[in-house]
Amino acid sequence: MNSNEPILEIKNLKKDFDNNNVLKDISLEINKGEVVVVVGPSGCGKSTLLRCINGLEMIQGGEIDLQGEIISNRVKDMHLVRQKIGMVFQSYDLFPHMTILDNITLGPVKAQGRQRKEVIKEAEALLERVGLLDKKNAYPRQLSGGQKQRVAIVRALCMRPQIMLFDEVTAALDPEMVREVLDVMLELAKEGSTMVIVTHEMQFARAIADRIIFMDKGEIVEENSPSNFFTNPKTERARQFLNVFEFNAVKSVEDKENQ
Amino acid sequence: MQDLGISVLFEGKNFIRLLQGLWVTIEISLISVVISIVLGILLGMIMNNKNPLIKITTKVYLEFIRIMPQLVLLFIVYFGMTKAFAINLSGEMSAIIVFSLWGTAEMGDLVRGALISIPKHQYESGRAIGLTTLQTYLYVIIPQTVRRLVPQAINLVTRMIKTTSLIVLIGVVEVVKVGQQIIEASRLTVPSAPLWIYGVIFFLYFIVCYPISRLAAKLEKAWES
Repeated sequence: MNSNEPILEIKNLKKDFDNNNVLKDISLEINKGEVVVVVGPSGCGKSTLLRCINGLEMIQGGEIDLQGEIISNRVKDMHLVRQKIGMVFQSYDLFPHMTILDNITLGPVKAQGRQRKEVIKEAEALLERVGLLDKKNAYPRQLSGGQKQRVAIVRALCMRPQIMLFDEVTAALDPEMVREVLDVMLELAKEGSTMVIVTHEMQFARAIADRIIFMDKGEIVEENSPSNFFTNPKTERARQFLNVFEFNAVKSVEDKENQ
Repeated sequence: MQDLGISVLFEGKNFIRLLQGLWVTIEISLISVVISIVLGILLGMIMNNKNPLIKITTKVYLEFIRIMPQLVLLFIVYFGMTKAFAINLSGEMSAIIVFSLWGTAEMGDLVRGALISIPKHQYESGRAIGLTTLQTYLYVIIPQTVRRLVPQAINLVTRMIKTTSLIVLIGVVEVVKVGQQIIEASRLTVPSAPLWIYGVIFFLYFIVCYPISRLAAKLEKAWES
């Protein structure tokens, strides 16, 4: 699946909020069909990185290329670029005044000018795949968090993006709903979608990633294969970060035993 | 046979005159409402501006209009303007000015609230699926704002209609004033006239306002999300 043809290139990206450099000199290449998982402590800039890629944030230095075309800091036609980049947010952000089907078809019909009939067909096929075809005429408020997030993924997919960005998509979900969303993402990865995923689910990161990017304080500290990263990280900072997760696991077992 | 007070209503042109009075009420309300909605939408958008000067100015305007009783505003415009600046305004004109000032303030606050109640993420997910800024407003933001706004705006309209009864006090002959004239004219012949005439006026207001407030309730229900 994983060819060596870069679809997205980030070169020396710098991002400041006021005087706070959130991203310092980030360089990263993402190949077609590759699944890159970005992990790191809160506030390390991983969500900001995704927002910069999708042009939701202006950048203060460097450049982002999608298929050889500069997409960073564009004012004109940014909406055309975004049509090639699918993004799923932590808080789903479906449009509450529209049915599920209208939520999904809005972008393809209005932004891409595709035939409504053909889009509906595609939307229904995608909904069927995530097991939500029976909800197509429901409103977002009638769905659970996990269902909403699956719809949000379908909404992004229906634009036929070149690359999908997932920003902590399970962070706002109840634990029992996390699985249904992750399963959808695993399936996409298997089909060869190019994905950049920001997550705190370490087991999931290990299962889905072709490559792990570890960020801390606005820098890429380590790039590694998932098996190496989780068993034998190269850097001390990554080791400390992973220890926190281990510590939590150990602590919860100890708590149980002490009860 | 005891004379029924209601008969006053059908003497001469009394009922027609009441309806004409009602029309004055509706006319003043309608003009003020239209002006308030147009200016209120603009004010609401301006109130979300981050410029501190604009923020303070609009805030002072809103609070001033809200704290002042409408009657005092009417007196200031109708009597005060004439005395101070020798501007001679008719009662109707003064009423329209005051109700427009008041309605604009209230409407502006409603619009401001509706606009800030749309989460930032709604703008972002509109952009994330490749909509232009205009399309994001057209399909995502404005429909949601309108849904939040319309029921409250309609309630404001009924409040404005009811409050126009105050303009009797600056000499505008609207429905309540006509009622008073009819009552005065028949005070000796029909002592129970006030009950009947004010009763009819109550129904006239009811007939105008009830459908409007039902509409608000219906829309609110249909759009709840």
